[in-house]
Formats: sequence, structure tokens, C-alpha cells
Amino acid sequence: MLRILYQIMKVGTITEASLSNGPFNQGEQSTRFELLGKQLETAIKKRFQGSLAIRLVDAGSCNGCELEIHAANNAYYDIERFGVHFTASPRFADMLLVTGPVSINMKTALVLTYEAMPAPKLVLAMGDCAANCGVFGVDNYAIAGSVADIIPVDAVVYGCPPSPTALIQAILATLE
Amino acid sequence: MKHLANTWFAEQLSNHNIYTEYLEDHHPARMPCLDIRHLDWANASKTAKLLGMRFVALWAAQAGQQDKKALYAYMAFVHPEHRYALLRTPINLENPEIASISQHYIAAYRMERNMQDMFGIKVNDIFDNRWWIKHEHWPEDAHPLLDSFDGNTPMASDPDRADIDYDYVPCDSECAYEIPVGPVHAGIIEPGHFRFLAVGEKILNMEERLGYVHKGIEKAMQGRNVEDALKLAGRVSGDSTVGHSWVFAQACEYAADMSISTRASYIRGVLCERERMANHIGDIGAVCNDAAFAFMHVQCSRLREDMARLHAEAFGHRLLMDCISIGGVSRDLSTDMCQKLIQQSRDIAAEVEHLRAIYADAPSIQQRVIGAGIVSIEDATDIGLLGFVGRASGHYPDARIEAVYAPYDELNVPIPKGKLGGVSTRVWVRFEEVANAARMIIQLLEHLPEGNIQTAWKAPQAGESGFAAIEGWRGEIAAWVRFAQDGSIDRYFVRDPSAINWLGLELAVRTVPVPDFPLVNKSFNCSYAGHDL
Ligand code: SF4
Repeated sequence: MLRILYQIMKVGTITEASLSNGPFNQGEQSTRFELLGKQLETAIKKRFQGSLAIRLVDAGSCNGCELEIHAANNAYYDIERFGVHFTASPRFADMLLVTGPVSINMKTALVLTYEAMPAPKLVLAMGDCAANCGVFGVDNYAIAGSVADIIPVDAVVYGCPPSPTALIQAILATLE
Repeated sequence: MKHLANTWFAEQLSNHNIYTEYLEDHHPARMPCLDIRHLDWANASKTAKLLGMRFVALWAAQAGQQDKKALYAYMAFVHPEHRYALLRTPINLENPEIASISQHYIAAYRMERNMQDMFGIKVNDIFDNRWWIKHEHWPEDAHPLLDSFDGNTPMASDPDRADIDYDYVPCDSECAYEIPVGPVHAGIIEPGHFRFLAVGEKILNMEERLGYVHKGIEKAMQGRNVEDALKLAGRVSGDSTVGHSWVFAQACEYAADMSISTRASYIRGVLCERERMANHIGDIGAVCNDAAFAFMHVQCSRLREDMARLHAEAFGHRLLMDCISIGGVSRDLSTDMCQKLIQQSRDIAAEVEHLRAIYADAPSIQQRVIGAGIVSIEDATDIGLLGFVGRASGHYPDARIEAVYAPYDELNVPIPKGKLGGVSTRVWVRFEEVANAARMIIQLLEHLPEGNIQTAWKAPQAGESGFAAIEGWRGEIAAWVRFAQDGSIDRYFVRDPSAINWLGLELAVRTVPVPDFPLVNKSFNCSYAGHDL
């Protein structure tokens, strides 16, 4: 137990806004991130009383986008401190985050998940694949289409995969 | 890069009255492709089994334009000493059928089902005839990998088949109940369906239903130029992008009979080992998180992020996508950057060792991982489990040794040898591999030779094919490529280690309490995307 506490103290707070002297804390980037976070926090406070629940659906991604969503939850970005959390059920999700081109085998599951959500049913399409089918191509028998071809989309974030910062920016854009 | 042709397998087969013909247009010669007669198919696999060969993959491909035969079936095996060999046999397009080999190699049966789905080749005597990648809503006559199939427009579902359900293994016992899970899972993970049969708290049987993220990759490869195809290959499974880009590039380079500079091969090794480190570290944390030991998860994802940031700086991509090119690598490393990478690999390995001691001494996590989700040595060997999953269960294949490729042919690749086959052993193997990978990265970077990072690419003739195997972080990735007239890709087949390791998970969770499933599943962390293609 003591060793766990010691390790926690030794690492200290590495979260971006702290501007501590961690090995990768470039000041400028951190300040920008802090600003972004503040904006996001305010937006979530205003529209969702401080808590935004996101349901992720991988509609056919290569799993690269998922890695960056995980990264947005790590101690550096710690997206949860702005009020964003990922939920297991679409029933209490405010936003649907969709990755990947929509495969023909995932189309039904995606539509059902979308239908199971309560209003306002915000949808954010993440990554080049979700935006325009990316490297997998639109001329492909196994791809039903981009996310917008299947369900209404509020915002799109490009990138292969988009970085955690880009993702956070996009969540903010979806709210605004 | 002239290697001697490997004639061992051909000789052994001829001792068993199976006649083979060596294919001149397949490369490299040390991993030969042998034509056999259709009627010898099952017998040849039986012989391979008798010879102690491991099953690598089974697939089919439509013949090239200058070839009169309509379809070919392929299978690949590897012997610990005599290495890789491929077998090929023609299949008649009028009446496409072939014997099943799954009574000799159980890991072949999903690939055979896939062959039925994709080509309409009837596999005789297969014990499981259900559709696999082809989901129930597909039209009955859809066989996407046949030339006659229109691969360019989204396939419409068959409305009459909309209500058909997959025929899961039933249980009529009144004590057992079913739990359907997925395709959309609770966490931030890929989609797939698991059907549990449980008695009380314990899992009686778990059945996987995959194919949800099938993206028609094999069809989409056809006709692409090598650059575009490489991009796609690097996105077969995003977490294993280096492994998949490498195996594609290597198969192309073999087909063209070219070799790359030593410097480029060293950098490829660095990329691959960094990917191994990052994924193992992330997964160790995630396994602990599934047993509510969140401390480890926070620490590990911090280290993983440190790695991703340096990757962005050194290679221009946080996950190392598109860093490998056909004929080399796309980015060179300055001396400064080498130092940074050496330093960070060393620091992170040391931090992981420190965390490992904490993990090993924490009874709360140890009680959950020790003895959970065991795959026996017999089962692991029988299935041919790959990578760290195999290495935790007494089965130690490693393509870095068996496929003999640069830079590993100059390195000593240590193989952690686990036997107990549970979650804790898989985690132990991963800890060992993190340390070994760091050592190899440092060794490669300290001895990084001067030279070009890119060798000019010259496309092979139409019909030339290449086979390669690369040890990605999950295990051996095997790939086969054949070229078309204009230097574009005619056919591509790739087998992610997950295609085999998913079978191990089904065995590992038997008699495990249902709430332990996520823990066991995470310790395997098979790729859905890599499996579904
Ligand atoms: S956008 Fe890129 S990383 Fe994301 S799913 Fe598509 S290929 Fe993978």
C-alpha cells in the first residue's frame, strides 16, 4: 500500500492544465488545452447540468480511433474532469460517438443504438472512416456508408485517428 | 537475397505418396509454394500434422488472368526447424468443393467456413457448416471474393432473411441460462457477439459470433497500387499497424525479390518493438482495471501516452501508422532522436519493472488473476495458439525466429516460457516482453548502421506471389500477396493472430465465473477488426 502511495506522489499531477514540469508538458500546448477544457466544462454545465454521457459505437473501425478515445481518458487529458463520461447504455446517453465506416454487419446495431437514445440524440462522427469511409472506400460491398449516410450527424472530426485534443475540440463543437 | 529452395516438405510429402510441383513464381524460395493434387488435400494436412508442423492459415484465391484454372485453395504450415511451406491445389469453378482439414487442424475450421462464405466452395466433412463472416441477412448467393461478384456497391440485405438468427449451440437443461452480449459492448471496445450458457455463476460454454466489422478488405485490395494497398494493410487492425504494414511490405518485397537496407530493417524492428511495448503496457493496465485495481491502469496509460507523444515527435504519428514504406521506412531517425528513443525505452522499462513489483505484491489483484481463465498446454498446442497467449500456455511459436527476417536474424530474441496458461501467466509473459522489447530497441538503436532508408521499388511481373510472416505484438501475422499486370495488387490474404487466438478464449472461459469474463477477455485482447477483415 505504501508503495502505491509513494508511486502516486512521485508521479504527481501530470494532467495537462497543471503546467507542472513533467517531461512532455510543453507550456503552450497545456495552456491551449486548459482553455479548451474550460470552454467544454462551461458548455456542459450550461446544456447538461455538468454531466455529458457519451455512448461509443464502433461501427466498423480498425480500432485505432478507440485507442485515442482511451487516451482522452488518461491522466494527461483526463476528459472526465470536464464532466464527460462514457456510459454503457444508450438509454442515458446524451451523445453518440461513432467510429469507423458503417459496415453492413453493424448497420442494424448502430441504428438500434441510436433509436434507443433519448433526445437530444447528439451524434459525433469520429475519424476519416466515420466521415467518408476513409481508406476502406465508398465503393465497397461490405460498407453501408459513412455515419451520416445511416443516421443524422451533428459534427464530424477528421483524422486517422483524430488526436485526443481534436476529439475534445469536436465534442465541444458538437455542443455548440 | 537468394535463399536456397526449401525442399524438405516436398520430400516428406513424396514419402507419403503425395506428389508436389514447385511453383517458380512464388517467393521466397525458402518458404516455397507447392502444387498438390486436389485429392491429396486432406492427406497432405494429415502428413503435415504427423511431421509436427504448425498450421498457419488456409485461404482461397481466384486464379490470375494468365492462368486457366479458376480457383485455388492454399494452406500454410511451419515446422520449428524446417520453417514455412505453402500448399496449393486447383478447385473446379463449376463444382467447387474441397475436403476439410479441420479434423487434423482444428484452427482451420473458421477459415474453411470463411472460404465457404466468400467463394461458395463447399467444404466436405466440415463439422460446423454455419455461415461465419457472412451474416444471416446476406443474400444466400453472395460470395464476395468471386470475380463475378460486384464488389463496388454496398450489398443489400435479403429482406426474407432479416429475422433469421445464428444457430447458437443450444442447451435444453433447465438449470442453464443464456446471456447474450453484444455486438455493442459496454466499454470502449470493438463489436462482436458473445453467447454465454451459464449455470449459476459459472460459464458452461461461451460462443463467439464475429464478423460485425467485416469491411471487405480482401476485395478492396484488388486493383490497388502498392502505396494505397499499404495504407489499407496498415489499418487491418489499428493497434497492430506496424505489424500489418510490415507483413504487407515484406510480402511485396519478397514477391519482387528485393531486399531493403539494413538501416531500414533496424528502424522497422524499433517500430515493431515500440508497438509491442505500448500495447502490452496498455493491456496490463486494462487487465488490472477489470479487476478494479485502477492504480495500475492509471500508471500504465500514463506510460503509454508518453510513448505515443514521442512517436508523434519521432515518426509523425502517435500510433505509428504509415511509418513503413514499400522498400523501407518513411522517416529517418536523427542521432538526437535515437538518443531520445533509447532513453525513453529504458526509462519506461524501468518504471514498468517498478510497477510490476507493486502488482506482484498486491493480494487484491493477485487473487483475481492467479488461476483465472486457464488454457492447458495440450489445448494450446492443438489449436496452435500464437504470441503471448501461446507463450503463456506452453506453446512457443515466434515468427521472429521461425520466419528468419531482418533485423531479428542478427538479434537474440528471448522467448518467455510460461506454462500455467492463466491470466496471471499471460500478464507475466507481457511484462517479460516489455523488458525484452526495450532491450532490443536499445540494441538496435545503439548499432543503427548508416545507409538509405528507402530502396527503389520495382513491381514484379503479373502472377508473381510472395508470402511473409511477421511477429506483431499479438503474435505471428501471416500474409500472401499476388501481383497483377500493371504492378497493382491482384490478391491479398492476411491472417491476424486473433483468427486463431479467439478459439483459445472460448476454452479459457469455461467454468470461469461470468463476472471474470472481462478480465480473461482482456488478458487475450484479440482483435475483432483483424479477424473480421
Ligand atoms: S479513421 Fe483511421 S484510425 Fe479511425 S477507424 Fe478509420 S482507419 Fe482506423
